[in-house]
Amino acid sequence: MVGVTLAIVVQRNLFAVVVLAGVYSFLMATVLVALDAVDVAMTEASVGAGISTVLLLGALYLCGGEEAKPLSRPWLPLAVTLVVVGALVYGTLGLPVFSDPQAPMHVHVAPRYLQQALAETGVPNVVTAVLASYRGYDTLGETAVVFTAGAGVIALLRRRKRK
Amino acid sequence: MKSNVILRVIAKMLMPFMLLFALYVQFHGDFGPGGGFQAGVIGAAAIIFYALIFGLPAARRLVPDRVVEAMVGAGVLLYAGVGFAGIALGGNYLDYFVLGHDPVHGQHRGIFWVEAGVAITVSGVMLKIFYMFASRGHGLDE
Amino acid sequence: MIALGHYSYWVTVLLMVAGLYIVIARGNLVKKLIGLSIFQTSVYLLYIAPGKLIGGTAPILAEGYRVYSNPLPHVLILTAIVVGVATLALGLAIVVRIREAYGSIEEDEVLKADRAAGKDAADGV
Repeated sequence: MVGVTLAIVVQRNLFAVVVLAGVYSFLMATVLVALDAVDVAMTEASVGAGISTVLLLGALYLCGGEEAKPLSRPWLPLAVTLVVVGALVYGTLGLPVFSDPQAPMHVHVAPRYLQQALAETGVPNVVTAVLASYRGYDTLGETAVVFTAGAGVIALLRRRKRK
Repeated sequence: MKSNVILRVIAKMLMPFMLLFALYVQFHGDFGPGGGFQAGVIGAAAIIFYALIFGLPAARRLVPDRVVEAMVGAGVLLYAGVGFAGIALGGNYLDYFVLGHDPVHGQHRGIFWVEAGVAITVSGVMLKIFYMFASRGHGLDE
Repeated sequence: MIALGHYSYWVTVLLMVAGLYIVIARGNLVKKLIGLSIFQTSVYLLYIAPGKLIGGTAPILAEGYRVYSNPLPHVLILTAIVVGVATLALGLAIVVRIREAYGSIEEDEVLKADRAAGKDAADGV
């Protein structure tokens, strides 16, 4: 995935960049399945590699497909990037080690959801149970966000029939 | 692309399976991976596939603009409506356990309608955005 | 052993920084949006990798499995993915409008045209 990302950074033909972004999404979905996140992997594969690619291709068709050569050597952004890398790596040293059962995220609410989900909701897929029932407000907000995005695109791209 | 026989035949064979898969993902979200979002996106992708092969006007005849715009709003209303049904039957907003004769059945019903609302809105929005992007180009050509 | 334990975080940091570099150092607006979406996917990895327990399985309750991976980050990231694509769609709609108004989607050309138009307006043209 890191290789595909570096190719996206360097590549200037935008059509190639869009195809590489689709490849990146599929690789991310595969990694997510390896990390046991099957719901998320299905969503990332369909949304990231499907809809995102379609929208990017539609925008490319309307906008033209080549990126201009960068004018100056980007020393300042590179320096900023390296500083950010240093800060983030220093920050991650304090995070829990991969697959630690005693990490704080595993001991507070998650065991309660895993144990009570079947008894309280009758739904074996804990992710759906949490999404639709335990954290139903968040899903309502998310549906409203999707609706707003649709309304925004309609407002931006609608043609007035005044001719 | 309509003139290419292979694409036409393959599209006609694949479309029912894609729509069926979208419905499967929607209704089996309780027992396996899936749920409203994935189902909505797969359903929209099926119609977009049809539009890519047979042209945008054919897709517009199949799923007219009015229907898509109605779907965008109807899903959110359905979701909010389930919440109000919870209030009407005696609980708080978005309480599912009052919706049926026993709490677990109420949860099942609530989750079913809520996921249906999510799928309707997501597929409507994705399809509408595709329609807008695709028809903008035609407007530029005229 | 600390190197192996934190490997997933370092991959996340690399992807995040690559996305950040694309956003700040490249002028093409569509490429900036793609860089933003790479940044977002690195954040998904940041949340889901610590939730995985080696020897566990996907969080779908079934007979015979006793250890499950943590379902809460999955819920958060599901919402985040959908919000990310909504942002991408709106950003692309704005880019299409910019292209129609200015004729180009390179950031420096758009800024130059804006400054020229602003100077004309200030001169009373």
